[in-house]
Amino acid sequence: MRERVAKGWSLGLAALLAPVTLWLGLFFLIPLLFIVAYSFGTSGVYEGITLGFNPGNYLRVFDPLYLEIIVRSFGIAALTTLICFLLGYPLAYFIVFKGRRWRNALILLVMVPFWTSLLIRAYAWVVILGGNGIANKTLQFVGITDGPVNLIFTPEAVLMGMTYSYLPFMVLPLYAALEKFDVRLKEAGKDLGASRWQTFLRVTFPLSLPGVIAGSILVFIPSAGEFVIPDLLGGSQTVMTGNLIQNQFLQSRDWAFGSALSVLLAVLLLGAIMFYIRKVGTDKLEGV
Amino acid sequence: MMKRISRGRFLRTMGAAGVAGSTLSVLACQPNTSAQGGGGGGGGPEEKVLNFYNWADYVAESTVPDFAKQTGIKVTQDFYSSNEDLLAKLQAGGTGYDVIVPSDYMVEIMIKSDVVQKLDRAQIPNAKNVGKEYEGLSYDPNNEYSLPYQWGTTGILYNKKEIGQLPESWDPLWDSEFEGKMSMLNDTRETLGAALYKLGLSVNTKDMAELQRAADELKKQNPLLRGYFDSTEARPLVQNGDLLLGHVFSGDAFLALSENSDLDYVVPKPAATRWTDNMCIPNGAEHPQNAHKLINYILGAKTGAVLSNYTYYNTPNAAALPMIDDALKDLPGYVLPASVFDRLQVIADPGEATREYERLFTEVKSS
Repeated sequence: MRERVAKGWSLGLAALLAPVTLWLGLFFLIPLLFIVAYSFGTSGVYEGITLGFNPGNYLRVFDPLYLEIIVRSFGIAALTTLICFLLGYPLAYFIVFKGRRWRNALILLVMVPFWTSLLIRAYAWVVILGGNGIANKTLQFVGITDGPVNLIFTPEAVLMGMTYSYLPFMVLPLYAALEKFDVRLKEAGKDLGASRWQTFLRVTFPLSLPGVIAGSILVFIPSAGEFVIPDLLGGSQTVMTGNLIQNQFLQSRDWAFGSALSVLLAVLLLGAIMFYIRKVGTDKLEGV
Repeated sequence: MMKRISRGRFLRTMGAAGVAGSTLSVLACQPNTSAQGGGGGGGGPEEKVLNFYNWADYVAESTVPDFAKQTGIKVTQDFYSSNEDLLAKLQAGGTGYDVIVPSDYMVEIMIKSDVVQKLDRAQIPNAKNVGKEYEGLSYDPNNEYSLPYQWGTTGILYNKKEIGQLPESWDPLWDSEFEGKMSMLNDTRETLGAALYKLGLSVNTKDMAELQRAADELKKQNPLLRGYFDSTEARPLVQNGDLLLGHVFSGDAFLALSENSDLDYVVPKPAATRWTDNMCIPNGAEHPQNAHKLINYILGAKTGAVLSNYTYYNTPNAAALPMIDDALKDLPGYVLPASVFDRLQVIADPGEATREYERLFTEVKSS
């Protein structure tokens, strides 16, 4: 019995997994190996890269200028993740528990922004936050400001743009986690004498942690590598690791150093995520 | 480095920017080429098609249809938004493009990288129309690989009504009176160049001490700036009053001036950039004869004038000059007196120093 199940499982699954394995192998794994190989190569002045073992590309990262940019990127990504969590959790909670028959429509609204390209949406903020934009017009109409104020091309605008862009990545996993939640557990908490707040902190929130973890990772990773939003909304005055990597590949024609930065970013992200899952994830999950 | 699109028509610009900006894909956007015409310059007749790879919105609306009418050659256009994107695509190989329009320093890089081919001047009789000031520039001293397409300057577009007439100087861009109301180009060579000019140094210096001085100037300036923008981004910001001064390419300035008479454009002393975009044929182009025909067509007197009357940039075509619209010629800084023209500098490929330039500009932007 058991054997038959296992057999069918492996045959069917192998067939189903073949396309995705091929896809990821061709378009993810092999390019990734190229990047790793390039990162130890030596860039020519004009083109070409001489493969070899040149750890110099990694040593160059220790330039204080580049370290500062990497640290700043992680700081901005962490802040984006935190703001997305603070905004996204109440939203997901509201949709699941108070949305009732509007639940599906509301979660659809969260996804609506994906229908338009990120680039177009980022440009929309340039218009909205500009000197003659609707935000400034409203502030003046209400009488909060006398003239146009600088809302755009600031680090705050970058943070806002990133929060805006990545908020759905936080809300969707939180929604999925909370949706599975058994409401009877809340009633049980209440019956056992816990206040609503206590029930939330000791029952609901811990059970939604997998969603919090998934959402945080989904927001943190693209935020740390972002390079379009800092250019468009930050007036290129907030240089992030993504900008630095792009610059190495195009302007500097230094693919070896660009690859080293990419590998380093990937390793740092992986490390940060493993640390995070270990700290927030399993500990608390098991503790409950 | 240089990003230049003469008219920021939203969607078209977005399309080009999308390809270039949101992905690093160097393989995207290959034109459909089924043709296998007689390659290599001579040979048999080619299929009547041509793949033209250009900056967005950088040909007159009638150029391509009129060329098709005259020659029967159907032109397919694709667009890029920076010289570096163009180079990356050519180096990836197999792009199928027949005519490209790189800027000066990029022509030099492309020659050194062996991605462009020599032109057959016998097929381009109109090359005689090129004015002598625009021939034999340092990046391609004998015009073996390139012929000029459009040229212009880099200077300051500003709101004359608000701040009065500016002196011919770079100093206003360092004036704390205009704090938060100024922008510089998000372009390594142009912006480091502005600081080098201000210090009286060469835009092509390879002296690290001089470069460091220029970077230090820019670090002083950084807190006063609203940001580093592409020329097309800065233009509307100056036009609608968000900025008082913007470091821009001349075509953007002329477009703004023609729409808003409160504005003015100045080419500062002691020096400023004179840039040239050029027509080249990549190695491996499948329709080199057609490519030569297009280059010859654009260098025609009338067709050259039609082109510049549309782009608002200057023409390197001496025969076209008399047919440039008077309205355009009357704009400040369009027709340059010899005293101004002579102080302009041409940006060259810095070779090994490229990475030092880039590192310093990154340092400036994140200071």
